[in-house]
Amino acid sequence: MTETNVLAVGLEPEPQDESVGAPRSLSSEAFRELRHNWLFWASLILIVIFLLMAAVPQLFTQTDPSKAVLKLSNTPPSSSQWFGRDTQGYDIFARTIYGARASILVGLLASVVTSIIGVIVGTLAAFYGGLADTLMMRLTDIFFAIPFLLGGILFMSTFPNTVNSNYFAIVGKVVLALSLLGWPSIARLMRGSVLQVQANDYITAARALGAGPWRVIRSHILPNAMAPVIVVSTINLGAYISAEASLSFLGIGLVAPAISWGVAISDSLNWIRVAPWSLLFPSLFLSLAVLAFIMLGDAVRDAFDPKTR
Amino acid sequence: MSKYIVRRLLQMIPVIFGATFIIFAMVFALPGDPLAGKCGERPCPAAFAAKFRADHNLDDPLLLRYVKYLGKLLHGDFGTTFQGLNVADELSRRYIITVKLAVVAILFELIIGILAGVLAGIRKSGFWDNLVLLSTLIVIAIPTFVLGSVAQTVFGLKLKLFPVTVSPSPSWYELLLPGFVLGSLSLAYVARLTRTNLVENLRADYVRTAVAKGLTRQRTIGLHALRNSLIPVVTFIGADFGGLLGGAIITEGIFNIRGVGNFLFTSIHTRDGVAVVGTVTVLVIVFLLMNLLVDLLYGVLDPRISHD
Repeated sequence: MTETNVLAVGLEPEPQDESVGAPRSLSSEAFRELRHNWLFWASLILIVIFLLMAAVPQLFTQTDPSKAVLKLSNTPPSSSQWFGRDTQGYDIFARTIYGARASILVGLLASVVTSIIGVIVGTLAAFYGGLADTLMMRLTDIFFAIPFLLGGILFMSTFPNTVNSNYFAIVGKVVLALSLLGWPSIARLMRGSVLQVQANDYITAARALGAGPWRVIRSHILPNAMAPVIVVSTINLGAYISAEASLSFLGIGLVAPAISWGVAISDSLNWIRVAPWSLLFPSLFLSLAVLAFIMLGDAVRDAFDPKTR
Repeated sequence: MSKYIVRRLLQMIPVIFGATFIIFAMVFALPGDPLAGKCGERPCPAAFAAKFRADHNLDDPLLLRYVKYLGKLLHGDFGTTFQGLNVADELSRRYIITVKLAVVAILFELIIGILAGVLAGIRKSGFWDNLVLLSTLIVIAIPTFVLGSVAQTVFGLKLKLFPVTVSPSPSWYELLLPGFVLGSLSLAYVARLTRTNLVENLRADYVRTAVAKGLTRQRTIGLHALRNSLIPVVTFIGADFGGLLGGAIITEGIFNIRGVGNFLFTSIHTRDGVAVVGTVTVLVIVFLLMNLLVDLLYGVLDPRISHD
């Protein structure tokens, strides 16, 4: 900016046509900003691809992921097998595509369950206050004090898997372990958010008009207090995917017959010097999935945060 | 202030009891017989089994065992592992190693994290800003166990710059690589936190005043903006210290460091409940004390926050 420009800023009339003509709410302002953010679109496209991969892997590959061709063990990537083959002779491309399901399922479910528990506990604690608040927040503190990974390991070894365990039973257990330790942060966030919203005049107005507690919570508090929880849950989704892989790495999450990125990565680590591609592709997909959810959350938060304008 | 500390310490008590009870219950719900495999191929002699069960209170109901355990704990007795090792001795020996590892990790966070954050924050949306934002995102997206294994293969096996695994009583040099791996995730958060706070503070009125009264750029940023921006960073790192101690399980596993995390993981595998609960109790107490310390520090660093 040149010097004349600096001086001229104050003198020029503000361009008022847009800002005065149609007053916009924070959310419509935010969506306008999101539309021009390429990070938002990039992460959204990635997420759609991963969701498709999880739902219908057949769209992406015709190869059977559990067909081992031992003759081709550890063959490097080529035009016929894009990602190469691992030590068991499995086609890595097919396994990476099919592996999306476990990670996405665990991430989505854990995010939804933690949000539901966290929102209920946080809202009730803030809304009723007093003894209920104290009790619920102390309970939250207790779970918050248990280190995340540690609690996950304990939970998974308390209810161990066998080779015959049903796929969905194992996924359910991983989700339960992650949710059990993940909800306190959401509950704290929601409590703070509700306390902020509750102080507003429109809540007092709704109460004065005779709205019951359920109605006040449902149609006045929740819509106004949910935004931070949605953002943090999206970012957490990435963290849960990563945590699921860590549990598989430690041998207590999903195990061998199941196909997942975590299992593939932890198997490939033994062969890292012989067949680095068997590590590269599953971890690349895992990181892309984590990245997509974090970027989406970041973009939405920035768009909704008036301070970043 | 002292009133606040006492209140916080009192609040910690139910949290410690609650957290340890949950762990205790989970551990002793662990399926399997701790006696299995203790006597080689054959089953244990009945007399030995009876003594073992009596020594470890294995036949009492859960709640009674918890109370008995707590009673001993209050006298500073952490019990013995199934192998007969004193848990307190084992912990104090291993804690030194894990704390050393965590200190290395935190030094990396402080030096690289803050430097990267300042570089990025000084000019928002500049080259360094985008570089730091992108590289921190990548670090956040790669799980620690992948980063650790790759770092071990590349820097340990291929380039031979660092030892591949760590000796039983490791030197600082041996802990450099594991420390970096352990701290990498928090390093990324520290860089982003520093950047965000610096960007916000650079637009504050007091910075404009500093510029207006003719301070140099270095003084404005270094003396005024940075000091205020670092308050949340310092508190983050403080709270992180407690988390790093418990989160070192994977790093310690990869580099074979005989620290607390390693002890914990083997204890869970051998179903050694006494060892697990003792370790976790100490971890939780350290975690809570660090959080209290951080909250107090916040008041000291930022006089606008008062605890009275």
